[in-house]
Amino acid sequence: MTSTIKLPGLLAMTLALSCASVIAQAQTAQMPLNDSEKALHVLNRLAYGPRPGDVDTVRHMGVKRYIDQQLRPDSLPLPEALSNQLSTLPTYQLNATQLYQQYGPPSFPPNSATPEEKNMARQRANKDITPQVHFARLWQATESPRQLQEVMSEFWFNHFNVFEGKDWVRYWNGEYERDVLRPNALGNFRQLLGSVAHHPAMLYYLDNWLSSGVNTPEAKGRFKGLNENYGRELLELHTMGVDSGYTQADVISLARILTGWTIDEKGMKDGQAAFVFNPRRHDFGDKVFLGQTIKGSGEQEGEQALDILARHPATAHFIAIKLVQYFVSDKPEPALTEKLARRFLATNGDIKAVLRTLFDSQEFWARSNYQTQFKTPYQYVVSSLRATATPVLNYKPIDGVLNQLGQPMYGWLTPEGYKFSEEAWLNPDALLRRINFVNGLSNGKSPIARAETPPLPPGSPPPVPLPTTPVDPQQLMQTLSPALAPHSLAAITAAPPNLQVGLILGGPDFMKR
Amino acid sequence: MNRRDFIRHLGLTTSGAILIPVGLSGCVVAPPSKPLAKAKPTPPVGIATGADSPLSYGNPLQRPHTTGDGTPRMVVVFLRGAVDGLNVVVPHGDHNYYKARPTIAVSRPGTQNGALDLTGYFGLHPALQSLLPYWEDGRLAFVHASGSPDVSRSHFEAQDYMETGTPGEHNTRDGWMNRMLGVMPPSQSPMQALTLGESVPRILTGRAVVANMPTGRDATRPTLIDKPEVSQAYAALYAQDAALGKSYRDGISARKELLADANSTEQKAANNGAPLPNGLSIDTARLGRLMQGNPDIRLGFVAVGGWDTHTNQGNGAGQLAGRLRPLADGLATLARELGPAFNDTVIVVISEFGRTFRENGNGGTDHGHGNAMWLLGGNVRGRTIHGYWPGIDDKSLNEGRDLAVTTDFRAVLATLAEKHMRIGDPAMQKLFPQYAAGMPHAMNLLV
Repeated sequence: MTSTIKLPGLLAMTLALSCASVIAQAQTAQMPLNDSEKALHVLNRLAYGPRPGDVDTVRHMGVKRYIDQQLRPDSLPLPEALSNQLSTLPTYQLNATQLYQQYGPPSFPPNSATPEEKNMARQRANKDITPQVHFARLWQATESPRQLQEVMSEFWFNHFNVFEGKDWVRYWNGEYERDVLRPNALGNFRQLLGSVAHHPAMLYYLDNWLSSGVNTPEAKGRFKGLNENYGRELLELHTMGVDSGYTQADVISLARILTGWTIDEKGMKDGQAAFVFNPRRHDFGDKVFLGQTIKGSGEQEGEQALDILARHPATAHFIAIKLVQYFVSDKPEPALTEKLARRFLATNGDIKAVLRTLFDSQEFWARSNYQTQFKTPYQYVVSSLRATATPVLNYKPIDGVLNQLGQPMYGWLTPEGYKFSEEAWLNPDALLRRINFVNGLSNGKSPIARAETPPLPPGSPPPVPLPTTPVDPQQLMQTLSPALAPHSLAAITAAPPNLQVGLILGGPDFMKR
Repeated sequence: MNRRDFIRHLGLTTSGAILIPVGLSGCVVAPPSKPLAKAKPTPPVGIATGADSPLSYGNPLQRPHTTGDGTPRMVVVFLRGAVDGLNVVVPHGDHNYYKARPTIAVSRPGTQNGALDLTGYFGLHPALQSLLPYWEDGRLAFVHASGSPDVSRSHFEAQDYMETGTPGEHNTRDGWMNRMLGVMPPSQSPMQALTLGESVPRILTGRAVVANMPTGRDATRPTLIDKPEVSQAYAALYAQDAALGKSYRDGISARKELLADANSTEQKAANNGAPLPNGLSIDTARLGRLMQGNPDIRLGFVAVGGWDTHTNQGNGAGQLAGRLRPLADGLATLARELGPAFNDTVIVVISEFGRTFRENGNGGTDHGHGNAMWLLGGNVRGRTIHGYWPGIDDKSLNEGRDLAVTTDFRAVLATLAEKHMRIGDPAMQKLFPQYAAGMPHAMNLLV
């Protein structure tokens, strides 16, 4: 500072000091992340946070290698314990047709089942399928070494959201995630889009299975007319994004193009695949879609429309924005978004290539984007289970807390899915609920870590409580050390030991990733 | 929307229509053939006859302004997913309605599951029975054919516009209810606005502090964080984080107020032997009691989902009926539990857009345009349908498929802001930018 004005000594000194501190702050803001911070950063963004020992492991192997591995999930074997756990879930092994055969409506068509029979069928699916779907997701999110695949499966589930509570979706949402989203999570976007479009969970959720061309031979009863629901959301939410230039006429064209894409109820009873194209409900007229004429030809029209959508620059841009919001910052940086959109177009929607560009970007590694994203309730809960190595033996308390925090699993009713932003999730009440939740993890007696046992016959002796190990605050501090700011450490260590685990997990540092 | 767009929008410029100033929406277009709303008594509709009844907007009860404690309050109930307003306030006097909805129309008054007659032309969905007393004593009104001037049929975009109060503008950062907090008399209370549920909705996002009201039966049971030694340990930890620290401190002080309020008022209610209501009513009962007891709470917000009835909507019975019934009960509970503060409160029920006039091939309706807004409150000029009915014959429909919008939703909200919440002129510009500037005069919504 070169000042020509004579200042009284004290004031000048204060000014000089405060300038120095501003400069120091500016320098910290530009300082590259150190190796531990980098390790934590990839574990927070490509994974659901560190488990004990993870930061050291990643630091030793190097973040570059970690990212490479995560982008090739098949190179990471699933631990035997996890594979065994998943194989104990009988309904999780079934395909869409088998699920429908075993749990579908009891009589269809003609629909002669009584309301009681229908109700019982619904309850059976609720009792058998749903817990297993939730277990499968939670076990893989907490235990799978293929963390980026899990993160991207959740990302795509949210992008192509279906609501578990909408009647038949409950049969299929787990299978949809297992067979459509997880295998394609790091694959090709067009392939993913197509698999989603053919899946009964989506056909059912957005009503396309009911949609028929006007005056087509089998357009009757519940299949009487055109239903625009899927066509609209396919444009608005799955591909181009709202206000990207399509019109209401395009929505109708797309709905007409997709008429006859339906669920083969009868066929499934004989073991056929769930998807069928029914030409007797398809509108064979020519359509104009996004300025292109699509000749009436049948099922192929839909593939053509999906091709157009997957290659559209608006789609590339929309997906890029969402990826940057998830992985970098709530407020997407236009330069990075542009770069990713170009990569998306140049690689015909190679998700892995787009992500690699993202993970190579300077924005991803900028200190200004380190420990800045406010976790969603799901990220928060899963990361706390990982940090404390809490085994998930009962999913119900997790469902409960996620309901309370406003993000029930598979529970977003409308097709746009949950938001990933601080604005959506940071509020006073939510913070307090998070704090209450993690305090329940600290003593090792969380009901999450205890399997539900059937009630004992009356008169039998009370069960002997299992030995429990409280979470060790020192170990937890070690696990999360690059996340904990010095003043946080000071406040935590000054608190009584029985509060320390709750403070680490309920403090501002662990709320962010 | 400027005046010319508005006229083009209605598609009536060449039909000899006349412009009539109505409320804050500037003007509406009235076809010359139909007389304007003039609260005429109408002859009862014969059930057997399919003949149309004359359009009637009802017969507002003449009554004086009723005083409460003098602190104006407002509760917004947002029906997410676009409720079918044509099956809420049913134009049962028009054969076009029955023609367009062969399986989902609510049948005429007097038939099984038929509409509850309101004006001879309009009727109420039978599942809303518990609100009928409020209509009859003049405390419930509707603004029909209202909505956003923006034509978006996207749930998320339309909700966003309705919550920011700036249709067509994507970049508005805050919601209009939060801006309203900013222009109300300053208060130290962190509980000036209460939203039911865990996240802050767009409509309340912004600079002013908003408290979340937990939902369900256990919401006011003390928890770990309510222990002083625990909350102090966290306070030290959150001291240095600007955004999260503020949230934390707001949370703790709101929690203290909530527990104190809830424990006293709920205790009182229990002593009165009031049964615990169910579902939405659990929460609206608590909201009503809190707002009655604590005049610091000026704004309340509740979102209710599940209105996107693309399939099997049902008519007087069925899916939509099953959703409307608990809603009506929840609103009636809120009105009752507000007690004397009901006279200081206007409850507004809104939804992002209406649904298609004609039923689709699956016994449902798709995304449409015009809808009905509901107004409930001690000083609402009720027993009347406000706004202007554009008609539902083929040539009157928006884009040939939906009820047209003849009242901008901001006309209703701005009127309530000005006349009920007593927000002055310069502040109105902040509340509804681009809209408030040219406001001609308020709608006649209050007694």
